Amino acid sequence: MSKVRAVHRMAGIAVAAVIASGSIVGCGSSAGSTGAPAGAPTATGVRTGLTVYFIPKDTQNPYEVLADQGGQKALTELGGKVVVSSGTQDTAAAQIPSIQAAIQAHANAIAIAGNDPSALCPSLNQAARAGIKIVTFDSDINCGTSPNHLFINQADTKQIGTSEVDVLAKQINSSGQIAILSAAASATNQNAWIGYMKQQLAKYPNMKLVTTVYGNDDPATSLSVLQGLLSAYPDLKGIISPTTVGISTAAQYFDTHKDVAAKIALTGLGLPSQMKSYVLDGTVKSFELWNPTDLGYLAGYAAASLASGSAGLQAGSTFKAGNLGSYKVLAAAGTTGPSVVLGPPTVFNASNVNQFNF
Amino acid sequence: VTSETAARTRRSHRSEGGDDGGDTSARAWWRPAARWESGLVLVLICVIVFGASESSTFLGTSTVFYLGINIGYIAIMALPLTLIVMTGEIDLSVASMLGLSGAVAGDLWHHGAPIGLAIVAALAVGALGGALNGILVAKFGLPSIAVTIGTLTLFRGLAEILLGSLTVPAAGDRQLPTSLTDIGVAPIPGTQLSYTMLIFLVLAVGCGVLLHATPLGRAMHAIGLQPEAARFSGIRVDRVKFWLYVSSGVVCAFSGILLTLQNSSVSYSAGTGLELNVVAIVLFGGVSIFGGRGTIVGVVLSVAVFGALQMALTQINVQPEIQNIITGALLLISVVVPNGGEAIRRLRVRFKRSSAAGAPRSTTNRTPGSDPG
Repeated sequence: MSKVRAVHRMAGIAVAAVIASGSIVGCGSSAGSTGAPAGAPTATGVRTGLTVYFIPKDTQNPYEVLADQGGQKALTELGGKVVVSSGTQDTAAAQIPSIQAAIQAHANAIAIAGNDPSALCPSLNQAARAGIKIVTFDSDINCGTSPNHLFINQADTKQIGTSEVDVLAKQINSSGQIAILSAAASATNQNAWIGYMKQQLAKYPNMKLVTTVYGNDDPATSLSVLQGLLSAYPDLKGIISPTTVGISTAAQYFDTHKDVAAKIALTGLGLPSQMKSYVLDGTVKSFELWNPTDLGYLAGYAAASLASGSAGLQAGSTFKAGNLGSYKVLAAAGTTGPSVVLGPPTVFNASNVNQFNF
Repeated sequence: VTSETAARTRRSHRSEGGDDGGDTSARAWWRPAARWESGLVLVLICVIVFGASESSTFLGTSTVFYLGINIGYIAIMALPLTLIVMTGEIDLSVASMLGLSGAVAGDLWHHGAPIGLAIVAALAVGALGGALNGILVAKFGLPSIAVTIGTLTLFRGLAEILLGSLTVPAAGDRQLPTSLTDIGVAPIPGTQLSYTMLIFLVLAVGCGVLLHATPLGRAMHAIGLQPEAARFSGIRVDRVKFWLYVSSGVVCAFSGILLTLQNSSVSYSAGTGLELNVVAIVLFGGVSIFGGRGTIVGVVLSVAVFGALQMALTQINVQPEIQNIITGALLLISVVVPNGGEAIRRLRVRFKRSSAAGAPRSTTNRTPGSDPG
């Protein structure tokens, strides 16, 4: 019987250990000081001393980290400061405390990559009512007009979706079974791209999308759903992974399983720094992305311009974004509110991947 | 059976405040002050002082409201779990039940059901899910940690099947009634309490009375300490456990509805991973993972500590990774400190036994049940 007790005790200790290793306070960090009173407008019309809260999807995703750095660069140029605050998990619950912290610190603007299209709306509404300007980047929120906000679009949504299908089609001669390895099933940006991928696939009657699997932007989850995908569809010819975590995990797996790599073409959205070796050794032929640092930089300038009143949400309003030049606010269209587009995505392959250092 | 019972008897003695070698009046006076709950009060004061000194916004009025918004719906799930842990069992499916409940309500709302129906259906699913756990644990006697890890995955999977990539209200859906979603943006008029926090406090009073002042509560203690003795003394152990799991399911489902309203929306992933927070609150509240020991007051204090700590750390720019480490350390303390005394004695017994192995006769006063076997 003492064995039973031992097992019982082991179970208890196991629970404790699991908990201790897990996250409890799934929340982010923020600056202690209250927002500094913003100073006089500079030559560009942007005030100095602005505080912008950058709330990425989580604090570890390399893509988000680069965007945060871009934001920091922008606010440094403008004489303000960025506070990066988020959780370790891609959940709305982990981002809400950061929004609250921004409100309590009287921040001037929030630049957020939403983990959920709707769950953040009540908190962001409170922020907007407190006079904080809202900018979204990477992944938009879907709150209607409350709060009204500016979406910094990395690239035209339709263009990303269609071009990824085109890139893959070129690699597999426009025929065979294909699958999508996405991030979280609720991710707004990936779902929007996947919607356009499906539209574009209508132009390739011999390419058949068999399934979309979700790796939650977590390497371990991405790997296990990838393995499930490979065993469920032995005739698979191509995979599109419109997320940097998904494509790098898949590329790593392909790299150690050359038989799989020989059979299946992999493309999607990846960071050149992560994908360089796989492209150079031929595991992956080509993939796409834009510069995430530029994205954060643009978001930083947009947030500061809105907070200074030197730019508005109405279509046609323009603002300067440092070395990126001038940007114009596009009118709301469909479910997307006012937005600006960073630029067209860049296709990376063995010939140019070495030129990029992000 | 004898060794197990003996071990539990020993623990029950200690938990009543008795000393191993018998009660000595010289020691008794400081015993009440050394309770776990007193330690929690001290920790809470430290956290508040720390927060107030490090962050100028910590003592602002909105902190209490935000704290309620962030932890209220999690704290509610900790109450039935406290009762389950008291009986020596565990329920790791709580957060998945929260997600499934939200998904059921969201799916019905998406398909045009009135809000009342969506809520009732979600609660019913909570009762069903809880009953499934209850049957497997209480009737079939399966280990609750295994059963509820299974249903953790099962419930979340069902939620994902129901909603998929959909966030409800989706484009074209009705918005959830503002009168209800206001719980996410406005405190109770005249206070800074969130509605979820009020509900937690009311439920906590109910659970406190149930656990500490009713025969059923005493039965839960007894089940946790000595299941066999409890059974022989006429307590319907299986039935108590079954209904505890059902109530856990219903309460977690209710929490899922609260979270849906608070966020004005729901997706299948709502509350993913929160089971760890819930179990952490219970254990840090001083409820023994081995059952039979713990108080609702401790759990309420634990909620306050976790809530205040989160607010403080978020406001003073502590990286989330560090926050996880701090919370993990607190948890280990909460498991190690109350059980440390026993662990040391076990080691001592083992040491004496091995050092006496060569001798013809051991003088060690072996305690039955302390056999680590």
